[in-house]
Amino acid sequence: MPSEQPARRTAGHEEAAADMPGRVPLVVQLALRPLPLLPLQPILAATLKAVLANHPGIFERLGPHAGKRFGLAPTDLPLAFLLESLPRRPRITAVRTLPARLDVTIRGSIAALIGLVDGGYDGDALFFSRDLVVEGDMEAVVALRNAIDDAQIDLVREGCGSLGPLAAPAERLLRSLLPRPVTDPGAMPWN
Amino acid sequence: MELICPAGTPAALRAAVDAGADAVYCGFRDETNARNFPGLNFSRAEMAEGVAYAHARGAKVLVAINTFPRAGQLGLWHGAVDDAVAAGADALILADVGLIAYAAECHPAQRLHVSVQAAAANPDAIAFYVEAFGVKRVVLPRVLSVPEIAAITRAAACETEVFVFGGLCVMAEGRCSLSSHATGQSPNMHGVCSPASHVSYRDDGNTLVSRLGDFTINKFAKGEPAAYPTLCKGRFRTGIGAGYIFEEPVSLDAAEMLPGLKKAGVTALKIEGRQRGRAYIASVVASFRAALAALEAGRPITGAGLTAMTEGQTTTVGAYRKTWR
Repeated sequence: MPSEQPARRTAGHEEAAADMPGRVPLVVQLALRPLPLLPLQPILAATLKAVLANHPGIFERLGPHAGKRFGLAPTDLPLAFLLESLPRRPRITAVRTLPARLDVTIRGSIAALIGLVDGGYDGDALFFSRDLVVEGDMEAVVALRNAIDDAQIDLVREGCGSLGPLAAPAERLLRSLLPRPVTDPGAMPWN
Repeated sequence: MELICPAGTPAALRAAVDAGADAVYCGFRDETNARNFPGLNFSRAEMAEGVAYAHARGAKVLVAINTFPRAGQLGLWHGAVDDAVAAGADALILADVGLIAYAAECHPAQRLHVSVQAAAANPDAIAFYVEAFGVKRVVLPRVLSVPEIAAITRAAACETEVFVFGGLCVMAEGRCSLSSHATGQSPNMHGVCSPASHVSYRDDGNTLVSRLGDFTINKFAKGEPAAYPTLCKGRFRTGIGAGYIFEEPVSLDAAEMLPGLKKAGVTALKIEGRQRGRAYIASVVASFRAALAALEAGRPITGAGLTAMTEGQTTTVGAYRKTWR
């Protein structure tokens, strides 16, 4: 039997908070609430099209889970996203409320969700810190996480790419608002 | 000491190499390795590309084929050995005696390592693998203290490798049947502990409930760090009270033990986490690279500072500092 408990170290509140994604300020959340979702749709469609064109291996890694319906719910925005991963007709739709019958629901701040996509955050670490909540088909969640992490998607750049002459300023603006990925050589270290 | 880093995908392999890994370990996308998770691991073509990427940057690739072949299905495991050799693997990490014998016989020039899954925890067991199959390295189980590691390393006729960071397996590795008991699948035979197909979470905004098969593994209060849904780190109510009956959800961080492990004669330091994302890989590898640089320069090691990355948001030096009565 062990006669002495080995030393343990628990992440302090400040350490954990410094490492985890921030949230959209409440005043911004309130300001966004009355805005219509329809103008978002072409941007989302163009972003998805660009991502799939640049990273065709995603569906291969999704394997039997391609075709499942994923609900992505930013907890600090007054909207959510429905991702339908049909290999021939993938779709992403902005909605006010996610439909009830989904294969997977993933909830977290918008910074956490974007960081998951571009590799800035580790999904397991976000789950451990309770910054990410996942419910539903866990095989599909794991497959999606691994497929996206391997794809090395630059969501901000690929999303802004469809904006023509506005692409560069839009990218600069978004990057200034979001944490830099830890895998970015110029980024601040995780800790 | 070499830094051996995990990679579950080609992107993670590149992240590990770029962050300073001396070697990366990874596996094929099937039941032949102990991280057989959905969307994870390497196709044959990806393995060859990964080896080329690593070699071009001076790093090695170790292919883990560390599950135990099932009777009547040896072909899958033999094929994995053959394909890893063909891909240019610098070493194979194997657990099953029969598979080690196959690799030694069919590929005598291939460097072989004994996986932690073989639970070779004493000089006699290690001597058997060295004498019978010519293995060059053994990965020691995570149940030994540093003095025990030093004694084993002194007695062993091969190199030793130890874990320094990541998830802790508290059972006799390669022998644990808890996942099989709960789900019918195990890390030893199917390559997956607590398979995602049997996991469910329910979060009502306050309490997070994790379940594995028919077992409730844990209930986390609001703000309490969460953990993987494994039986060995579950919180249960028993006749003598409620709590963690095997182990609490903590992760290994042995950065402060590096001087002792160096003195013990350990050849290689392993980071757990092939199931983790690129952010984890890049950050943990860079942190231990810096710790090793400090060790070599004679500077104090300030600790990896990676607690927020870990299961349960808590780290331990595990058995390395444990004394036994």
